[in-house]
Amino acid sequence: MKAVEIKKIPIYVMGKKFEVPEELTILKALEYSGFDIKRGCGCRGGVCGACATVYRRKGEYKINTGLACQTVIEPEINLVQLPFVSTRKSLIAIREVEPESLDIVKAYPELMRCMGCNTCTKSCPVDLKVMDYVSAVIRGDLAEVVELSIDCVMCGMCASRCPAELTPFNIALFVRRVYGMHMLPESEQLRSRLQEIEDGIYTEELTKLKTMLNDDMQARFLELQANKGASI
Amino acid sequence: MAYPVGMKSSIEKVELTRKNRLHSECPRMAPDEKAVLLKGFHPDFKDGDKLKLRCGVNKGERVPKVMAEYIEAPSRLDLASVDLSQADYKTDVLVIGGGGGGATAALTASENGADVLIATKLRLGDSNTIMAEGGIGAATYPEDSPVIHYIDTMVGGRFKNIPEVVEALVHDAPGIVSWLSGLGVNFDRKADGSYFAHMPAGHSAKRSHSIKDITGLEIMRALCDEVRNRQISVLEFSPAVELILDEEGRCAGAVLEDLDIGKKIVVEAGAVIMATGGMGRLHPNGFPTSNHYGATADGIVMASRAGAKLLYMEYVQYHPTGVAWPEQMLGLLLSEALRAQGAEVVNSDGEAFVNRLETRDALAAAILRECGQREKGAVTPTGVAGVWLDTPMIDLKCGPGTFLKRFAGIDHRFKKYGIDPSKEPLLVYPTQHYQNGGVKINVNGETNIPYLYMAGEVSGGVHGHNRLGSNSLQDIFVFGRRSGSHAAEFYRKSPAKKMVLNHVQAHTEELDALGLVTDKTSPLLLPDYKFEKALVSAQYSTDIGEAQ
Repeated sequence: MKAVEIKKIPIYVMGKKFEVPEELTILKALEYSGFDIKRGCGCRGGVCGACATVYRRKGEYKINTGLACQTVIEPEINLVQLPFVSTRKSLIAIREVEPESLDIVKAYPELMRCMGCNTCTKSCPVDLKVMDYVSAVIRGDLAEVVELSIDCVMCGMCASRCPAELTPFNIALFVRRVYGMHMLPESEQLRSRLQEIEDGIYTEELTKLKTMLNDDMQARFLELQANKGASI
Repeated sequence: MAYPVGMKSSIEKVELTRKNRLHSECPRMAPDEKAVLLKGFHPDFKDGDKLKLRCGVNKGERVPKVMAEYIEAPSRLDLASVDLSQADYKTDVLVIGGGGGGATAALTASENGADVLIATKLRLGDSNTIMAEGGIGAATYPEDSPVIHYIDTMVGGRFKNIPEVVEALVHDAPGIVSWLSGLGVNFDRKADGSYFAHMPAGHSAKRSHSIKDITGLEIMRALCDEVRNRQISVLEFSPAVELILDEEGRCAGAVLEDLDIGKKIVVEAGAVIMATGGMGRLHPNGFPTSNHYGATADGIVMASRAGAKLLYMEYVQYHPTGVAWPEQMLGLLLSEALRAQGAEVVNSDGEAFVNRLETRDALAAAILRECGQREKGAVTPTGVAGVWLDTPMIDLKCGPGTFLKRFAGIDHRFKKYGIDPSKEPLLVYPTQHYQNGGVKINVNGETNIPYLYMAGEVSGGVHGHNRLGSNSLQDIFVFGRRSGSHAAEFYRKSPAKKMVLNHVQAHTEELDALGLVTDKTSPLLLPDYKFEKALVSAQYSTDIGEAQ
């Protein structure tokens, strides 16, 4: 492979200057700078929320938020890792909740402190409409909460920036679990499959398969593949 | 960032052929044809990357070169620094690993009355589970059955799977979907409330249950929340570094290392369940990986050292569709659900060269052949070759807006780099994805060492030589549940007479006797990407080039 010429740019990590190749993500820029990363790194793919970061662009007053593994550096960017956000979580047993009479404010009284400033939405690194789902929680529209918060990576950035000290990501998780546990219908299809398994109707055939010759099983597989329908 | 000018002409070719490709599918390979392709182009079949282990109970077992380097390295634990007579924690069941398998085992053992401690390297939930996009395999549809699921899994595994273990997998699978739903997991549903499922490659029925493209995230969040609600003890940033045995060679606990302050922690346990995942971050064969930061095969190293038997460690799954561009996302996974939903795989000239639903091993080999010998890969400015995953076909086949609705996460991640996957194809190249083998288990997740269990990717036998998509999410729950309940019942009730690390001492002595010298110690715990090593993509493309 031909050598690619690397152009370097200056960055500041907690105020200290480093020269790193341009176009690196914040995470890789920290690694290139030589930081030994134990906290603040997880999936490296933008879904686990471990690497929440705040940064300031050159000459700007605004504090930006992002995931270090997803955000590309800029010249003279000023970086701070945010490896942990301390929050309170309600320990209410979700199984015992009755959604019809659910009083989420009891679990999370700070909800009523929300002043609708939209800081949470502006600070979400995966662009969720956080304030909208907080409003939906207050309205009691649980389906809307699930819809708006399903992609939450639980990085805690909303909680760290909220002037009213809410923990929107914990509240949304609580609601999603209540919804999934109590409000999604039971599937008749799954119920009857579980009954069949309990009745042991597959036991005999599975037992036979365990000693079936590979060629015979391959033949059955090809037959199944030939008769299968569309993939979706 | 978008696509650089140099790659545009290839994209135009893909667009030109798209209309015709909408109505024709590339034929599936015959078994013989597939065998030839795998032999010629799949990294598993390249001898150069494999070594026979030279020490321990698994001597003679073929494993990837990097795996051998860590198994044959001395322990990172200084034996003089540990006082086994003073346990810092005593618990009925110690679960090592805080991903889906570990959390499930912990919840299950706890439900069954055992006192449980989870020790994990990073945060609770940090794992490959959280990254799983596609879905969880279970025969829940009327036209499907555990029998068909069994056949598909065995054929996909090249008939090398342990039959009883596969039987356990397919038998328990539908119940797992029900169990997860009961924890509040919001599975995708159809209008009538029944589950939505799609058919991943190598399966013969729709059986992969998903939550958009964030299946693992939704499940992991619920599991972690339940662990917290049940107030199960969790030690984060405290990976295990060696297992502790008793004088009869039975498992009796583990030594942990506090990553923040370096202190060693001695845990005495009645049973140990390892759910430590795979080896992606060792980068077998020099490939990029879709795995999370902590996937360094620690469990394999520790268990093997303690005398656990390994099975099929040489078989590594390369997921055919890892991201090849943009560079920042190199190696990240693009869900198989994209192909199930209609996206075809085409070369730099816009030609379909393989059926989109071939098994992962065959599709990866076909892509390596296309980019290598056939020179039909599209090349990025950093010198990485790839083929196109033609994602715009999804909206054309299933209606406008389908892509955004089903794959919001993927859409979001690419749009950050100026690429719209519902309108532009994505450049892909195989990425290390899964360790097919591991520590041999039985139907209860038990190993050959009494009181030592495995759940998930660290275990071997469930998937034979090659795992089918959607079977690993199922694996971690089935064997997390099975090991958790078995351990809760059969853990050692009276404390071990004496806890020892004799096997670690013996390992050091064996290395000395064999004259095996290395600058490494193991388990690795975290990969080293500092300084120039941060520029991994250039590194990989060089390694891969040489390997070919």
